[in-house]
Formats: sequence, C-alpha cells, structure tokens
Amino acid sequence: MLELLEKTAKHNGLVLAFALVGLVMIVSMQLSRRVTFGRVHGSAIAILIGLGLAYWGGIQTGGQKGLADVTLFAGVGLMGGAMLRDFAIVATAFEVQVVEAKKAGLVGVVALMLGTVLPFIVGACVAWAFGYRDAVSITTIGAGAVTYIVGPVTGAAIGASSEVMALSIATGLVKAIMVMVGTPMAARFLRLSTPRSAMVFGGLAGTVSGVSAGLAATDRRLVPYGALVATFHTGLGCLLGPSLLFFTTRALVG
Amino acid sequence: MIIYGTALLAVCHLLGIFLGDLLGALLGAKTNVGGVGIAMILLICARLWLHKRGLMPAQTEMGVGFWGAMYIPVVVAMAAQQNVVSALRGGPVALLAAFASVLVCAGCVSLINRGERPAPESDADAEARVATQRA
Repeated sequence: MLELLEKTAKHNGLVLAFALVGLVMIVSMQLSRRVTFGRVHGSAIAILIGLGLAYWGGIQTGGQKGLADVTLFAGVGLMGGAMLRDFAIVATAFEVQVVEAKKAGLVGVVALMLGTVLPFIVGACVAWAFGYRDAVSITTIGAGAVTYIVGPVTGAAIGASSEVMALSIATGLVKAIMVMVGTPMAARFLRLSTPRSAMVFGGLAGTVSGVSAGLAATDRRLVPYGALVATFHTGLGCLLGPSLLFFTTRALVG
Repeated sequence: MIIYGTALLAVCHLLGIFLGDLLGALLGAKTNVGGVGIAMILLICARLWLHKRGLMPAQTEMGVGFWGAMYIPVVVAMAAQQNVVSALRGGPVALLAAFASVLVCAGCVSLINRGERPAPESDADAEARVATQRA
C-alpha cells in the first residue's frame, strides 16, 4: 500500500510538485491572512516556506539542490528549473499595458533605471565587503538586491554557483519582505499619494510582490500603477544583469 | 484555442533565448545576454500587434495568462531547490544587502516625489531632479 503510494509519487514527480506547491500556497495564504493580517503577502511567506523546505532537504541529503535532492520530491527540480521558470517570467510581461506605461513618462524610466542600478551597486558593494572577489558572484548577489528573480536569472546566465544563487534569492526575498512590511509605515515619508508617485515607487522598489502588497496595504487605488512599472523592472533587470552590469563588474574587478 | 496563447508564449520564449544566446556569442560572453528580457519585449510587441488586428480572443489570452499566474508557484518551487544550507553559512550578506538597498531606494523615492532640491550627489540624482521638474 505504502509502496504503491511511493511508486505513484516517484513516477509523477512534476504532478506531485504541482500538488506540493499548491499546498504550500494554501498554507501561506492562510498564514498571511490570519497571522500577519495581510501585512506580509502570501507569496512572500510561500517563498520563505520554499527556502525552508530547501534547507530541510539540504540537511537531509547533504546535496546542493535542496528539496529536489530528496528522491520523492525530485519533481520540484523540474517545476522550479530554468525552463519553466523563464517561461512563467516571460508570461508576466503579457500583463503590461504599454499605453498606461507611457503615462509614467520620463520620471518612470528614470526611476526604473535607478531602481535597477542603485540596488545592484549596493548589493555588489556588500558582496565585495564580505569577501566575494569574482565578477560572477558579485554580479549575482548585486542582481539579487534588484529582485529575487533578476538574481537567479542573472546567476544562471553567467554560471554562478548554487550557493551564490541562494544568497542572491535570499537577498531579493528579504528586500521584498522589507518593502511589503515597510511601505505602509513609510508611506508619508515616501509621499505615496498619486499615481505618479506610485509609479516612481514601483520603478525604484522593483519587486512586484513587494510593491503590489505594499501599495495594497497603503492605498488600494495605487496598486496597478506601481505594479505596472515594477513589471518592467524585472524585465529590465533580466536584460541588464547578465549583460551591461556583468560586463561593468568584470571590467572593475577583473 | 488556449494552446495558441501558450504557443505564442513559447515562440517568444524560444526566440528571446535564441537572440540572447546570439547576442552573447557576438559579445564574446558565451552566456545568454538578456534572453528573458528580449522574450518579454517580443511578447509585449506580439500582443500589441495581434490586438490591433483582432487576433487575440480571450481564450488565446488565457493560454498566456495561466503561465503568468504560475509565476509565483514556480518561484516557490525554485526557492525549494536552492542551496540554502550553504547560503546561511554565508552570513548576513543577504540581510545587509537587502536592508541597504531598500534604504537607498526609499531615499530616492522620497527625493523624487518631493521634487525639491536634492543634494547634488551624482549625475543620476540630477537627472532624476530634472525629470521630476519636467513631469
């Protein structure tokens, strides 16, 4: 009986991964609603649980691929692997409304550029300060400070180690959580009151989940504007990270 | 048909990754240069083009929309297969890098949204100020 169940699970790895991630999402949404009262977005909690599972898997197997190293959960490796990940990220571009985006105008573009370059510089400097000296690691951690998507996409493109990728995701994740929790508190300081200010915020803060959750907790009407610019942020980061930013970093550190 | 949307997404994805690889080869980087970003831009353009010609029924859109909505779950699965054990040994890099970049960005948002004389620290700041005044 138990053997049959195990066989079913092992032979349907990807399907099991769908079920498992669905379960994680349900738990996170409930935790978000009941424990944090919507302050921390469910997706952020889900990613935290994911990282927790990866930690558990790493401890159990001593491998480098977290939960995917546990034979039973090998399907998670397929679902979260580069192919499906990039496929899903590209699909999010579909929600971008170009006409609306044009309204953000020059200030939105400037915010987007600053929102990619500034966190990258900060992240790269911190990486340098902690003893990372190779361009690939510095770029990956710097890109992680942009968002937790840009980090691994950049890292995968330039061939970073899994350890550095995990650090980079953790950096982006901590940033997203800080934006989610901090935005409502800092709304007055940030002057978040108009669509334009929300676009500036979306461009600079970047992380889509952080921005949409943070704005939702501040003023629901501002959400689409912030999220709109933030969607470009990931694309811009994915475009600049493995190219311009990597080459610049390589030129600087050799 | 819903598969049309997914197929469109797939074509944009493949084309983007291919162009990214090509760009990488041209630049001598041996890596994919912005393939995902290029694919995103292709998808945005394809959507605009098809929309204008009325070739984008709701069913087709759902074929892309589904994968867009799978973004967070896929990211969760991605998080679950990272080398977290090693990352935690890396110390407070993640915490510090995130905190510092959030502070810098918050300062910038506040500065731009005030549209007042910011401290002339860099060209980027000056650019932002000019942009704010124009807008």
